[in-house]
Amino acid sequence: MKVLYFSWIKDKLGKSHEEIQVSDNIKTINDLITLLKQNNENYKDVFKDTSSIKVSINMETAKFEDSINDNDEVAFFPPMTGG
Amino acid sequence: MIKVQEEDFSLTDEITFLKKRCNNIGALSTFIGIVRDKREDEKLVSMTLEHYPGMTEKMLNKINTEALSRWDLLDTTIIHRYGKLLPGEQIVLVITASKHRKEAIESCHFIIDWLKTKGPFWKYEKTVDKGFWVDAKSQDLDEELKWNN
Repeated sequence: MKVLYFSWIKDKLGKSHEEIQVSDNIKTINDLITLLKQNNENYKDVFKDTSSIKVSINMETAKFEDSINDNDEVAFFPPMTGG
Repeated sequence: MIKVQEEDFSLTDEITFLKKRCNNIGALSTFIGIVRDKREDEKLVSMTLEHYPGMTEKMLNKINTEALSRWDLLDTTIIHRYGKLLPGEQIVLVITASKHRKEAIESCHFIIDWLKTKGPFWKYEKTVDKGFWVDAKSQDLDEELKWNN
């Protein structure tokens, strides 16, 4: 699964994207976050308060309880500041 | 017409292009967003707009489609820039064209309000000695929600 990061999340993790191998027990975005938080303190810090983070699945805004599969592109970013 | 680009745009040129694309325009409403030269009390050196290529075009199309479904419009132009911009530079252009003023004015206002909170852009502002990711404003979310009523 391709996972992308934007804005301060990208800075904090030191990467803009990565490929994640997901097992069958990763069914939702929340499951993915639990998996990512096992990586290191930076991930734990980024995902400690998900109320300040937005997520998309295949470039559509999504919710943390939404289902995902291995072919999806998931992105994490703070609230958008366009215009 | 939707464009996501690094380069600047010309309002005059875009109005000319739009007028060539359709007939019977009675009203045009335009909005241009510009990089301010101050961050709170500090002088701003630059603002860099990061975006999510692919999703940006998708979201701008959605916003445009929503405007076209809500108002009787003849045509629209949305241009949003990304990359490093200096104070005074243009960020975003919205033009809406209709037969009568109400549709053009309201839809232009709607498009820029939705762009603020639904356009996948993130702003990084640099002052002389510091850099900051700009937080989303709750006021912008309130402005977006107004259009749900």
